[in-house]
Amino acid sequence: MSEATPNLTLVVVIVVLSAGGVYLLLERSLTRIVLGLVLLGNAVNLLLLVAGGAAGRPPLVQEPGDPPPETMADPLAQAMVLTAIVITLGLTAFLLSMSYRSWQLHRHDEVADDVEDRRIARLAARDRPTVRGADTDDGLDLDSEADEARDETDEGADTPAAAAARPGAPAGPEPPAPGEVP
Amino acid sequence: MLLVAHVVAALAAPVLVGRLGRKAFYGLALVPTAVAVWALTWTSPVADGTVPTQSVTWIADLGLDLAFRLDTLSWFMTLVVGGVGALVLVYCASYFSKGASGMGRFAAVFVAFSGAMVGLVTADDLIALFVFWELTTVTSYLLIGHYSDRKTSRRAATEAIVVTTAGGLAMLVGLVLLGTAAGTWRLSELVAHPPQASATVVTAVVLVLVGALTKSALVPFHFWLPAAMAAPTPVSAYLHAAAMVKAGVYLVARFAPAFATLPAWRWVVLVAGATTLLLGGYRALRQHDLKLVLAFGTVSQLGLIVLLAGYGTNATALAALALLGAHAMFKAALFLVVGVVDSAAGTRDLRCLSGVGRDLPWTAAVGAVAVASMVGLPPTAGYVAKEAALAALAHDGTTGLVVLVLVATGSALTVAYGLRFWWGAFATKPTVLTLAPDGTQVVRPSLEVPTTLRHPSRLLDVPSGLLALLGVAAGLVPALGQRLLGPHADTYPGTAGHLSLWGGLLGTGLTGLVLGTGAGLFALRGPVERAQARIWHPVSAERVYRRGMRQLDDLAADVTAAVQRGSLPVYLGMILTVFVVGVGSLLLATTSLPTQVRPFDNVGQVALGAIVVVSTVLVARSRRRLKGAIMLGIGGYALAGLFLLHGAPDLALTQVLVETVILVVFVLVLRRLPPYFSTRPLATSRWVRLALGVAVGLVVGGLALVAGSAPVDDPVAMRFPRQALEWGHGHNVVNVTLVDIRAWDTVGEISVLLVAATGVASMVFVSRRTGRIFRSDEAAADPEVWGGDADPEGPLREPPGITAGGQRNAQWLRAVSTLAPRRRSVIFEVVARVLFHTMIVYSVYLLFSGHNAPGGGFAAGLVTGIALTVRYLAGGRYELGEAAPVQPGALLGAGLFVAAGTGVAAMVLGAPVLTSALVSVDLPLIGTVKLVTSLFFDIGVYLVVVGLVLDILRSLGAELDQRAESGDDPAFAQVGVGSAGSGPAGSDRGPAGPSPDGPSRGADR
Repeated sequence: MSEATPNLTLVVVIVVLSAGGVYLLLERSLTRIVLGLVLLGNAVNLLLLVAGGAAGRPPLVQEPGDPPPETMADPLAQAMVLTAIVITLGLTAFLLSMSYRSWQLHRHDEVADDVEDRRIARLAARDRPTVRGADTDDGLDLDSEADEARDETDEGADTPAAAAARPGAPAGPEPPAPGEVP
Repeated sequence: MLLVAHVVAALAAPVLVGRLGRKAFYGLALVPTAVAVWALTWTSPVADGTVPTQSVTWIADLGLDLAFRLDTLSWFMTLVVGGVGALVLVYCASYFSKGASGMGRFAAVFVAFSGAMVGLVTADDLIALFVFWELTTVTSYLLIGHYSDRKTSRRAATEAIVVTTAGGLAMLVGLVLLGTAAGTWRLSELVAHPPQASATVVTAVVLVLVGALTKSALVPFHFWLPAAMAAPTPVSAYLHAAAMVKAGVYLVARFAPAFATLPAWRWVVLVAGATTLLLGGYRALRQHDLKLVLAFGTVSQLGLIVLLAGYGTNATALAALALLGAHAMFKAALFLVVGVVDSAAGTRDLRCLSGVGRDLPWTAAVGAVAVASMVGLPPTAGYVAKEAALAALAHDGTTGLVVLVLVATGSALTVAYGLRFWWGAFATKPTVLTLAPDGTQVVRPSLEVPTTLRHPSRLLDVPSGLLALLGVAAGLVPALGQRLLGPHADTYPGTAGHLSLWGGLLGTGLTGLVLGTGAGLFALRGPVERAQARIWHPVSAERVYRRGMRQLDDLAADVTAAVQRGSLPVYLGMILTVFVVGVGSLLLATTSLPTQVRPFDNVGQVALGAIVVVSTVLVARSRRRLKGAIMLGIGGYALAGLFLLHGAPDLALTQVLVETVILVVFVLVLRRLPPYFSTRPLATSRWVRLALGVAVGLVVGGLALVAGSAPVDDPVAMRFPRQALEWGHGHNVVNVTLVDIRAWDTVGEISVLLVAATGVASMVFVSRRTGRIFRSDEAAADPEVWGGDADPEGPLREPPGITAGGQRNAQWLRAVSTLAPRRRSVIFEVVARVLFHTMIVYSVYLLFSGHNAPGGGFAAGLVTGIALTVRYLAGGRYELGEAAPVQPGALLGAGLFVAAGTGVAAMVLGAPVLTSALVSVDLPLIGTVKLVTSLFFDIGVYLVVVGLVLDILRSLGAELDQRAESGDDPAFAQVGVGSAGSGPAGSDRGPAGPSPDGPSRGADR
C-alpha cells in the first residue's frame, strides 16, 4: 500500500466533474445548482476513493488474511462514499422540492438576491447610518443631558410641575449652552 | 467566603425588594456591612504584617486558582468598598420613592457590583483579577443605564462600557504577557519578583496602565465619567466616587512597587495624572450642574491620586493611600448631599438654587464639612493627605518640584470649585435663573421667586454625615492612619513619609498659598466662567470618541456592503476562490507532484471515464432541464462502472440505485417546471464561472494526485478485514464498517436522511407533515388519474365499465382502474406485476446477505424504493397507496428507533454501544441459523431509506398529481400552457404527464 501511483484517468474525471459542478453551482437557477451539486458530489466521492489508494480486489474476506489486506481496495473510503451517495440523494430531493416550492410561489426557481443586504449596501454607499445609534450622533452637550437625568426620589421631583419649574427641562426648548461649540 | 454572600444577596434582592419594597435596602446593606466588619477584624493582624490568603483551584490545567489575599492595600480597599457600600444602600432606602421603577434589578446589580469589587481588590490571581474587573464594568453598565428608557442614559452606559472594556481588554493582554514573562499567575509573586525589563514587559506594563487609565477616567479616557452622571445619584456616589473608579488606582498602587522605575511607567503616569488633575479642575469651574461639578472634580482628584500612587516613592504612596481614603469619604458624602438637594429643590442647576442652606441646615453643614476635607482645610483627612503629598514631593529633586507645582495648581483649582460647589448648592444668591412661562430663561431677583422646597427624609443626612465626620475623625488621628497604611507604602523604595497635622513651615505655607489662590479664583468665578466660555477647547475627547464610533459604524456598513452582497453566486464564488487560493497555494508551495503516474488500471476505466467526461460537459451545456437530468444519470451510471472497476462493488450497486431514484425525482419535479432554463444574459459572467470552475477542478485534481500518492502511514483500514471477521462476524468489510466498526457515523447519516425526507414533505405539504394515503376504494370521488387534457382517442375506446367487468380483462394491478384509460399500458402493468414481488424478495436477500456479500441496508432499501416507484409509475397514486399503505414518517421513525435501539440494547447488556454479537438459533427443519445482531441495525437503515423514497414519491409524485388534477396547483396550469406554447419541446410531453417518461424509464430497467 505504501507504493501508490495515482491513476491519471480517474484524476482527469475528477477534474472535469468538479469543474462542471462548480460552473453549474454558480448559476442562479436552482435546478442547475442541484445538477452542479450532484456533479460535485460525484467528483468528491471519486476523490475520496482515489485518496484511499489504488484499485484492488473487492473487500470481501473469506478467511483472516485471505485475500491479503494489501490487495484489497480501501474499505473505509468505500464506506464513507457509500453513505455520501445516499446523502446526495436526500439532498437532491430536498433541493428539488425547494425548486418546486419556489416555482409555486414566485413563478421561477431562481435564487434571488437578498433585498435587505441590497438596502444596506445602498445606505453604505451614501455613508448614511444604517441604524439610528444613540452612541454616534453628536447631539446634546453635557449640561442638557444632565438636565434630563433625574431620579425617582421620594418627594416626586419628577412630577410635571417640578419639571416645568426647571430651565432646560425636556418640555421646554434647549437652554443656550454657553461656550459649547454646536 | 463573603463573595458567596454577595451572590446570594444579589440573587435574592429582586424577591426581597418585591416583597418589602424599598425597606429591603436595609437588609441588603448588611452584606457590605459584613464585609467592612470582617475587614475591621483583620485590622491589627494586617497592620502587623499577617497576610490571610485563601485559594480554590479553578482551572488546574492552566495553573489558575481563585486565590485571594488580604494585605494592607486590599484591606484598605475592602474597608472602603464595604463601608461606603453599606452607607449608600442605607441611603437608597429613603432616597428612592416608594413607587420607583426597576428597584429589584437595581438592588441586585448594586449588590453584585459590591461583591465584584470586593473580589477585585482581594484577588491574588491575575486572571481572577481580570474577571472581577470586567464584572464591575458590566454591573456599572447596568447601573448607569438604569433608566433604560432614556436616550442619554443608554448612551452614557454604552460610552462607559465601550471605553472601560477596551481598556480592560488591553489590560488582559498586558496581564497575560506579564504572567507569561514572570512565569506565575500570582499577583503577589509577580510584584515581589518582577520580570526583567524587556520590550515585552514594557509593552505589558503600558497595556495594564491603559486599563487603569480607562477605569479611573484619566485623560484621554476621562469623558465617560461625567456622562455617567446619568446614573442615579447613589450609583454616582458609590461607583463613580468611592469604589469602581478606584479600581484603576488600586491597580496602579498594586503594580507601582514593581514597575515604577520603568521610564515608560513614569511618563504615562505623570503626564496622564497631571493633565487629568488640571483639566478636571479647570472644567469643574464652569459646570452648572452640581453633579457635573463633582464629576469633573472626581476626574481631577483621580488624576492626583494616580499621580501620587504611581510616582513610586514611599512617601508619595502613603499620601496617595491617605488621599484615596479621604476622597472616598468626602466625595461619596458630597454626592449624597447633592441627592438631597436635588430631591428637595427639583433641580441641580446651581444657577437656579438659592436659599437651600437656610431650609436644610443639616444638609448644608454636612456639605460644608465634606467640602472642607475636599479643599484640604485642617484638620480633615483631606488636609492631612495633601500635606503629606506636598511634603513628599518637595523633598524629591527636580521632578518632584515640577510635580509639586502642578499638584499645588491642581489643588488651588480644587479649592475654587469646592467653594463654588457649596456656594452653588446652599448659598442664598441675589438672583436666580428661572423659566418664564414662554419658555425663555430669565434672571430674576431671588426674593421674587417663591421657594418650592420640599423636605426630604432626615435619614438621608445620616449616611453622608457619617462619612463627613469620619473624614474629620481620620484627620485628627494621623498617626493611626500611618500605622495602618504604612505597610503598603513600605513596599515602595525611598524614605518613609509621615501623616501629621503639622506639615512644617513649608507645608503650611504651601497650603496657605493654595487656599488663598483657590479662594481668589472662586471670588473671580464670574470672569473665570466667561473667560472659559471664550477660549473653549479646540478638541473635546468625547467628540473624538463619538466621531470615532460614527466612523466605525460607517466602516462596518461599508464592509458589510462589500462582503454581504446578498447574492448566492457571489458568496459561493468567494468561498470557492478562497478554496482555490488557499489550498492551491499550499499545494504549490509544500508538495510536489508524484514522480510517476499510471495512465489507468484497466482499459475499461478509460472508456467509462470518457462517458463521464462527455456527459458532464453535456450537463453543463444543456439548455433543457430534462436533458441535463438524463445526462447526469448517464454520467452517474458510468461512475458506478468506475467504482466497480476500482474494486468497490457495494459502491457500484448503491450508485446505480441512487442514480435511478435521482432520475425519478428529477422527472417528478421537472414536469412542474418549464422545460427550458431561463436564458443566461451575461456572457462575461459565464466566462468567469467557467474560469472559476476550471480552477477549482485543477486544484481538486492536484489534491487527488497528491493525496493518492502520499500516504504517510499504513491506512487504518488495513486492520478492518480482521476486525470484520472477528468482531463483526461478517465477510463484507464495507458493510461491517457501516453497521459495526463505524456504526456511529451511520446513525448520524440516517438521521440526516430522516431530516431530508421530512424537509421534502414539508416543502410540498407546507403545513402538514404528510398527506393522506390514497386507497383505491376512495378513488371514486377523484377525477381520473393523469386525465388532464382531452383524450384524442377517446371515441375509439370501449366504455370503461365493460372493460372492468370482463374476466378476460382481469386487472394486473389493484388500483390501475383509477387511471385515465389512455394512460394505461398493459405491457407496463404486466411488467410491474411481475417485477414488484421479485424486487421485494431481492431486496430482502440483499438485506440479509449484505453482511457477507455486496448489499446491505442501503442497497436493499433503494431496491424496495424502486419497486414502489415502478408500481407508482404503472398505476398512479392509488396504486402507490395500495403497494405501501403506510405513512413514510412511521417508516423513518421506526427505522431510526430500531437502529438506535440495537445500539442501546448492546449497552444494556454491558457491551459498548453498537457492539454486535453472534446469536445462533436452532430452528426445526431449517437447521442452525446464525444471526448477527448488527442485522437489526441494518434493518433500521433499510426502513429509513424506504421511508425516504416513499416520502419523495408521495409528496413530489402523488400529491403533485392530485393538486394538478384538482386544479389546486396554479403552477401546473401555467406550465401546461407554457409548455404547450413553446414549440416541439413542450408538445411531445403531456402537460401533466410523467407517463411518457415513466414507462420509458421503467422499460430502461
